[in-house]
Amino acid sequence: MSIENKEFRPKIVAFCCNWCSYAGADLAGSSRLAYPADVKIIRVPCSCRVNPMFILRAFQKGADGVIICGCHPGDCHYSTGNYYARRRMTLLFSMLDYIGIENGRTRVEWVSAAEGVKFSTTMNEFVEKIHSLGENVRLEDLRCKN
Amino acid sequence: MQRIGVFVCHCGSNIAATVDVKKVVEMAALEPGVVHAEDYQYMCSEAGQAKIAEAIHEKKLTGIVVCSCSPRMHEATFRKAAERAGINPYMVEIANIREHCSWIHKDMEEATKKAVILARAAIAKVNLNTPLQAGESLVTKRALVIGGGIAGIQTALDIADAGYEVDIVEKTPSIGGRMSQLDKTFPTLDCSACILTPKMVDAAAHEKITIYTYSEVDKVTGFVGDFTVDIRKKARSVDATKCTGCGVCQEKCPSKKSLSEFNRGLNTRSAIYTPFAQAIPNVPVIDRDACLKFKTGKCGLCEKVCQAGAIDYTQQDEIVTQKYGAIVVATGFDTIKLDKYDEYAYNQSKDVITSLELERIMNAAGPTKGHLERLSDGKAPKEMVFIQCVGSRCSDDRGKSYCSKICCMYTAKHAMLIRDKYPDVNVTVFYIDVRTPGKNFDEFYRRAVEEYGVNYIKGQVGKVAPLANGKLLVQASDLIDNKQIKKEADMVVLATAIEPDPSVRKIATMLTASIDTNNFLTEAHPKLRPVESPTAGVFLSGVCQGPKDIPETVAQAGAAAVKAIGLLAKDKLMTNPCTAKADELLCNGCSTCANVCPYGAITYEVKLINDHGIREERRVATVNNALCQGCGACTVACPSGAMDLQGFSNRQILAEVDAICR
Repeated sequence: MSIENKEFRPKIVAFCCNWCSYAGADLAGSSRLAYPADVKIIRVPCSCRVNPMFILRAFQKGADGVIICGCHPGDCHYSTGNYYARRRMTLLFSMLDYIGIENGRTRVEWVSAAEGVKFSTTMNEFVEKIHSLGENVRLEDLRCKN
Repeated sequence: MQRIGVFVCHCGSNIAATVDVKKVVEMAALEPGVVHAEDYQYMCSEAGQAKIAEAIHEKKLTGIVVCSCSPRMHEATFRKAAERAGINPYMVEIANIREHCSWIHKDMEEATKKAVILARAAIAKVNLNTPLQAGESLVTKRALVIGGGIAGIQTALDIADAGYEVDIVEKTPSIGGRMSQLDKTFPTLDCSACILTPKMVDAAAHEKITIYTYSEVDKVTGFVGDFTVDIRKKARSVDATKCTGCGVCQEKCPSKKSLSEFNRGLNTRSAIYTPFAQAIPNVPVIDRDACLKFKTGKCGLCEKVCQAGAIDYTQQDEIVTQKYGAIVVATGFDTIKLDKYDEYAYNQSKDVITSLELERIMNAAGPTKGHLERLSDGKAPKEMVFIQCVGSRCSDDRGKSYCSKICCMYTAKHAMLIRDKYPDVNVTVFYIDVRTPGKNFDEFYRRAVEEYGVNYIKGQVGKVAPLANGKLLVQASDLIDNKQIKKEADMVVLATAIEPDPSVRKIATMLTASIDTNNFLTEAHPKLRPVESPTAGVFLSGVCQGPKDIPETVAQAGAAAVKAIGLLAKDKLMTNPCTAKADELLCNGCSTCANVCPYGAITYEVKLINDHGIREERRVATVNNALCQGCGACTVACPSGAMDLQGFSNRQILAEVDAICR
């Protein structure tokens, strides 16, 4: 597929935990801290609720990047959830990199409820990174294009 | 198949100015399951909610999507509206098209496109929602207040007066907190101890209040209405039930070289000590690091002189486990360390002091018995310089970005008191801005300037240098006259920034209460829920939430108490029904889920399972809904995919992913 004539608009899924990062995103909103509209947020109770299956599915369905945001280590609303998420995602991202989804397309970031600025900066950076990597061709072409 | 109604809110112009709401309605109507879609100015208003109810009745809706502000704002509102109209509240989903869309995007086309996608994801989710029933849990009618300063004392008194048991946990040997260290209080100049000590006595005498001093919170488990807390009563080495508070032990103690924490290290105390004369309880503590008996095994003098036989060198830390329905954090503040502020020569000269140290110097029970004198040579000062915003409103990482709020007022107070008592002392204040919002505050500051002749200079101090003659050279800029000033001073007082007490970090982690980048505890909503933590059942009182003066602290302490009372007054609480659920047909009883559950909510039962006609006994997981908090850790850990989270099921989240990536 040729994308030369079209401006690349990445599809980015952000999983945000309800207690810290989703609230951080809300704060970014109420502080009017802009980030690209390519980012769409899915609310989950905790970063540990993010099943690797969700991320694989996003890439199957044509996502160009997936980011998971949770409470800072030690601050998880459920005490330990973000530690589970961190370990799971380390493994998953390394596997994804192996099969051709570059490490830059996946990210885990800790954003507290008070870090609207960090949320916005993180999203801006992440979108920029995805832009530099370009369209996530591989899985989309090989897998379910529809 | 669901019958879904989509309601798109304009939020005045908050959403409608950047998102084409009509377009969102139009596109949402095309989604599977949607039988009704409309927009309205303010969906959260009574009229807006009525529209939802009307559509539920007319179109026989089974699911609702509201495209509006954050679910953290109005999810509860719309759930209640749906419930009143006769459908299960958990059949409502919110598409956040304000905070996550209209407020951060400028381009209408882009924002509208995104809003459509967010609506689509919510619709996809609602299609898979199932009605959920909230369970009930009992409320333990007892509150814990962490911190025994004025905030904690006031909160405890208010809760106790409403008839509930309250425990105060204070880490130092006495309640009283920072306020007990103050000499006078602005803007009335009444004596701090005179207004505080009666409250301390009230708290100690209250039949509903138990005070644990020299104690710390060790462990917190449980959740709103049913917290279990371990309180560590540190070994006092004095039996509080026997001690009469006569004070002979302190007089006789030969180890008198420990710096007094209460007097900010300006003088010393004995190894066995009560921090101050009005301490409550009036029971001393042995500082084991300073005590000769503990250090060398010799001495034991206090034991010999104690006629009550209260000294107990063998005392150990004791853990008290107690259940609470509500927890109020009132951990207060400390002043920042000045290590990074070499330019003010705080560590080089004894005559450069912080304002809190000046409070102790001005206090009759302080290290100088209330005489204003230089700590270096005991001479009376003639020139005093106050420097404002030391570490406050700081743009670099040496200090704090915020305004400490109380410094302008206490400096005016100090200046006024000094000019009143020692009219021959010249007082100069260097300030960036003078901030006096508060009842009678500006009048107070103007009195300092107009009646007491305090010299206020707008400008920052660049350097304080100790001189050979014992004086201090203050170099500053005068921003109004636009000139450099050099001034010799006898004493320099630094209005040092305040920061949350360092202990709050550990407590916030134990309570899973969120904290901001400055270590202030975050409130559930900055305007509408200022004394509640986002963590249910945890309330905030005093400076742990943000800089405050005493009147504000007392007001907030009362507000926190009311919120706690509101919780304790309930017999039962509705629990979150978004809990984990095991599919018994898929579960192989491996215990992986139980191992990751932070609440011990998963147990195993041997059950007779009918697996497609095969009836056999199997060990399967069961979730205790009262304990499960719905984090979902187990759902991902489960190797057979048997665990799912109600309200955030695998299928629901996958549907959202699909809708977003479509």
